[in-house]
Amino acid sequence: MSQNLSLVGLIALPLVGSAVCFGLPKTNALLAKQVALFFSVATLIYTIVIGVAFDAGGDRFQFEASYDWIKAFGVHFAVGVDGIALVLVAMSVVLVPAVVLASWNSFDSADDAEELDAPQRSVKNFFGLVLLLEVFMIGVFVATDVFLFYVFFEAMLIPMYFIIGSYGGPRRQYAAMKFFLYSLVGGLLMLASVIGIYITAGQSSFAFSDLLGNVPDGASQKWIFLGFFAAFAIKAPLFPFHTWLPDAGAEAPVGGAILLVGVLDKVGTFGFLRYCLPLLPEASRDLAPLVMILSVIGVLYAAFLAMGQRDMKRLIAYTSVAHFGFIGLGIFAFTTQAGTGAVFYMVNHGLSTGALFMCVGFLIARGKSRQISDYGGTAKVTPVLGGAFLLAGLSSLALPGMSTFISEFLVLLGTFTRHKALAVIATTGIVLAAMYVLLLYQRTMQGTVNEKVAHFRDLNAREITAVAPLLALIIFLGVYPKPVIDIINPAIKATMQDVGKSDPAVPSSFGGSK
Amino acid sequence: MSATFTAALSSAAEEGLASAEGIQSAAWLLVAVPALSAAILLLAGKRADKWGHYLGAAVPIGLFVYVLALFFSIKGEHGEERVRDLHLFSWIPVYDFNVDVGLLLDPLSITFCLLITGVGSLIHIYSIGYMEHDPGRRRFFAYLNLFIAAMLLLVLGNGYLLLYVGWEGVGLASYLLIAFWYYKPAAATAAKKAFIANRVGDVGLSLAIMLMFLYLGTTSYAGVFAGVGGASTGVLTAIALMLLLGACGKSGQFPLQTWLPDAMEGPTPVSALIHAATMVTAGVYLIARSAPIFDGSEAAQTVVVIVGAITILYGCICGCAQDDLKKVLAYSTVSQIGYMFLAVGLGPAAYAFGILHLLTHGFFKAGMFLGAGSVMHAMNDTIDMRRFGMLRKVMPITFVTFLLGYLAIIGLPPFSGFFSKDKIIEAAFNKGGISGWILGLVALVGAGITAFYMTRALVMTFFGDKRWAKDMHPHESPFTMTVPMIILAFGSVFAGFLLVRGEALVKWLEPSVGPHIEAEHHTISVAVLTALTLIVVAGGIGGAVLAFAQRPVPSSAPVGVSVITTAARKNLYADAFNETVLMRPGQWLTRALVFIDNKGVDGVVNGLGASFGGGSRRLRQLQTGFVRSYALSMLAGAVILLAALLAVRFQ
Repeated sequence: MSQNLSLVGLIALPLVGSAVCFGLPKTNALLAKQVALFFSVATLIYTIVIGVAFDAGGDRFQFEASYDWIKAFGVHFAVGVDGIALVLVAMSVVLVPAVVLASWNSFDSADDAEELDAPQRSVKNFFGLVLLLEVFMIGVFVATDVFLFYVFFEAMLIPMYFIIGSYGGPRRQYAAMKFFLYSLVGGLLMLASVIGIYITAGQSSFAFSDLLGNVPDGASQKWIFLGFFAAFAIKAPLFPFHTWLPDAGAEAPVGGAILLVGVLDKVGTFGFLRYCLPLLPEASRDLAPLVMILSVIGVLYAAFLAMGQRDMKRLIAYTSVAHFGFIGLGIFAFTTQAGTGAVFYMVNHGLSTGALFMCVGFLIARGKSRQISDYGGTAKVTPVLGGAFLLAGLSSLALPGMSTFISEFLVLLGTFTRHKALAVIATTGIVLAAMYVLLLYQRTMQGTVNEKVAHFRDLNAREITAVAPLLALIIFLGVYPKPVIDIINPAIKATMQDVGKSDPAVPSSFGGSK
Repeated sequence: MSATFTAALSSAAEEGLASAEGIQSAAWLLVAVPALSAAILLLAGKRADKWGHYLGAAVPIGLFVYVLALFFSIKGEHGEERVRDLHLFSWIPVYDFNVDVGLLLDPLSITFCLLITGVGSLIHIYSIGYMEHDPGRRRFFAYLNLFIAAMLLLVLGNGYLLLYVGWEGVGLASYLLIAFWYYKPAAATAAKKAFIANRVGDVGLSLAIMLMFLYLGTTSYAGVFAGVGGASTGVLTAIALMLLLGACGKSGQFPLQTWLPDAMEGPTPVSALIHAATMVTAGVYLIARSAPIFDGSEAAQTVVVIVGAITILYGCICGCAQDDLKKVLAYSTVSQIGYMFLAVGLGPAAYAFGILHLLTHGFFKAGMFLGAGSVMHAMNDTIDMRRFGMLRKVMPITFVTFLLGYLAIIGLPPFSGFFSKDKIIEAAFNKGGISGWILGLVALVGAGITAFYMTRALVMTFFGDKRWAKDMHPHESPFTMTVPMIILAFGSVFAGFLLVRGEALVKWLEPSVGPHIEAEHHTISVAVLTALTLIVVAGGIGGAVLAFAQRPVPSSAPVGVSVITTAARKNLYADAFNETVLMRPGQWLTRALVFIDNKGVDGVVNGLGASFGGGSRRLRQLQTGFVRSYALSMLAGAVILLAALLAVRFQ
């Protein structure tokens, strides 16, 4: 095992790419795209190398590196990955090249900008922002210092704010503002908790390893938990903190929406797992019922809302709220099956929603409308797009045979062993998921061909290259998820130990004797 | 529960089942090959239009030959040795929950494989002709192959989770094929309805699997059945009822039956293969496979027979009032599967009879559907029986094969349905007590009504006056279509006799569903019951002949009919009920929640946002934007942090 692979290098790689993109002359848009593609693919390859070198049975954190940053306060630039961080980084860096390809021509035309009453938007800056976002996304997952995590957590907002505010739809200003305000409130509350955790642990250090096990139980821990909870519940988002997401998801350009919902939101659920459970075990245990109830409400509430949407992107944003309900449930059920399921769910949701947003983006690029009613019968005109759309939709409804099924089932199963009623209620969500997905598919793709779609061209090679790997990965991981599950398992086991919970006893597999 | 059976499976659980060997170890190809060919047909695109249907049809034929070899290799073994396990790879390993991918080769799964690949091959061949003029023929064969792969996985998987994958896989194939002509709104709606009704059932299946894990520690068949002895009746009842919910969804049983008649929007070969012969019988498979669980819960078995009995009558009554030939056959399928549920609900006394009826039904119903397809093919896709009449003159082969299927379904000796249905009626009476009488009478009355509505369909289609339009030129179908019909007709005639002779099927299935337990006493002697059944059937035929053959058939449905007829035409208001009780309130709820989310939950934040938004526009005019205010707030945060840290330091 080569532990000398550098996570700092992994962060630096897209940073260099980003700087190059920003530095290019405005006229050379094509070169910026090529640079972005090159660096995002290079980052992906580097991540694969790290993933192969990662020893699933080895130390909890691997490829660790730590540099003093603000020595006086014990702030470190400390990085390392456990199984959870590794698979989330991997999911993120898979999405970025796909986003680059899917956004290739999105901002080339001056007409669109005019329609939206916006100045001609800089193409190279968009790709620079995407790579900068990738830097922060990797950083937030690999940080092993709470302060560093906080910095990356807040820094992610900046490129995303510009992606929505400058490259978004007609109501982009409103959406960006809302996204910003929500995140700001959450971020500030988290800052208070970051300080609180530093003080109460009394280790003069922000390093995860120094804080672990050192935050005293009691009321202060609960307040600290609530601060983190606010930030993460907004970011994830959990019901009822979700209302910014449909606006942001709908107004963001498709590439931005994929990264927003696919990756940025995962930082919320990742934060629960990495920071709340291990560092604040007592508060996590005490407040788990609250989080689980909110999660289950979210599963059903958001599913109904998804059915009621007329705007395709808002619909997908609501489906994500429902999916985040499953993830929240899985994290706070405190069983290995539910926990592993929740992490695998985060990965799969990134791939699945990424593919779904992308297909919707392809539709919008052709029809110039987000309204479902402007489409109909499209699959007859564009069968390849229809097929990709259906596969993405089926992954969203967690069809067995696809990776999303395994994660959803693990969450429900793991929850069931401890909280039967919650699991049963959440299971009814699978019917609602079938409804919102198939309703969307029927209204846009099936039925009589709408004259507005009659001239559509089918997906071209670039578009297929962007979406096909995501779909292939979803199917592959549905058939053979073991490699990813094996990486996640030990990290979840360790997290469950931190929080002081072990799985409820089930009869030994083949015993059956009582 | 049978001692041998438990012994076979628990020893399997402890020591591992006998491993698959020789040709058995290639059984994974049964799933892999059709899945691969489906992928090839879909991904190759138009390039494959020329040869796609040949590849698509060759696959099930090849598989059938392999399954035959597999059958003989298993048949060559004895007793427990006929149950073989083929371990493939570790699938979902999460500590206590550890699921492997493996196949179970046993008499029950092999029987289903023969049915699926056998009838499947015939229907693939038929489809070459039937879909000849459809531009989507390649896609059609891709979906059919996908179905074969999923269905074989469903019956071959060695545990409940793998069954679930096949279970929803066939649901997907069914969805794709019902919506094959997806540009027809009715087809798209019917497909969605089918998928969602199935999903309701799948909630049950999911919960059953979770219960198994929690109380039995595993989800593999061998492990679950080994643990059944130690589980409480309450747990077994809960698991069994949840499995039953899944089975009701897939098999179109009450109360999840309404999707099946709508599924007739799909091309007719699909109706024959998926919505008659194979997929919809998966619920029967599930219950028979789970025999040790159901045997452990009398309450659950009672619910199964009640579901079966209600569905028998429901299907029969609705079937009498349909003018669409395929809908008649669809309701008939609903009702015939009701018989199968009744049988498997009776436990060890009738598991084998349920499977027997499933097999004979596979032949005669698939045959009649293909006959209906042949008629549609001849009549420019007309399916209204009031527009048919006298077709026996122009379509002799279709007529004769349909007639043989008809004789089988109404249960006249010596046709196959006679053997299978009479056994179920007999077993129902032999259950004993009042419940035995009720179930027996329901099954008996059902047989009479079946004879009535099937005679009606036969007469309206093939006899009487020509009622078709002048520009119609009905003709016999090409041989790719007639040959499969002829082969299935042979099955309709002989399958029943061959399978019951020397108790062939009962003994063959013993290692899978346990030994057959004959009733201790007969409520009614077999001879009397057979005679009684034949009298009831004759009554049904006679009634239909009087009503439809002796009088001209009006070419549009009569109005001002009785309340019962009206209700039967509207499938006894099942759709209306679902719409009023589930759909409408669901839509209201959706609208209400959208309103609340926009005004209530979001409103508070919006107010806040608006005040800031106003400010932001002014800020933008000053060209400061948010970066600066954001940076300021970050700075403010950092200052607070710093101050706090210092405060702590100097304490």
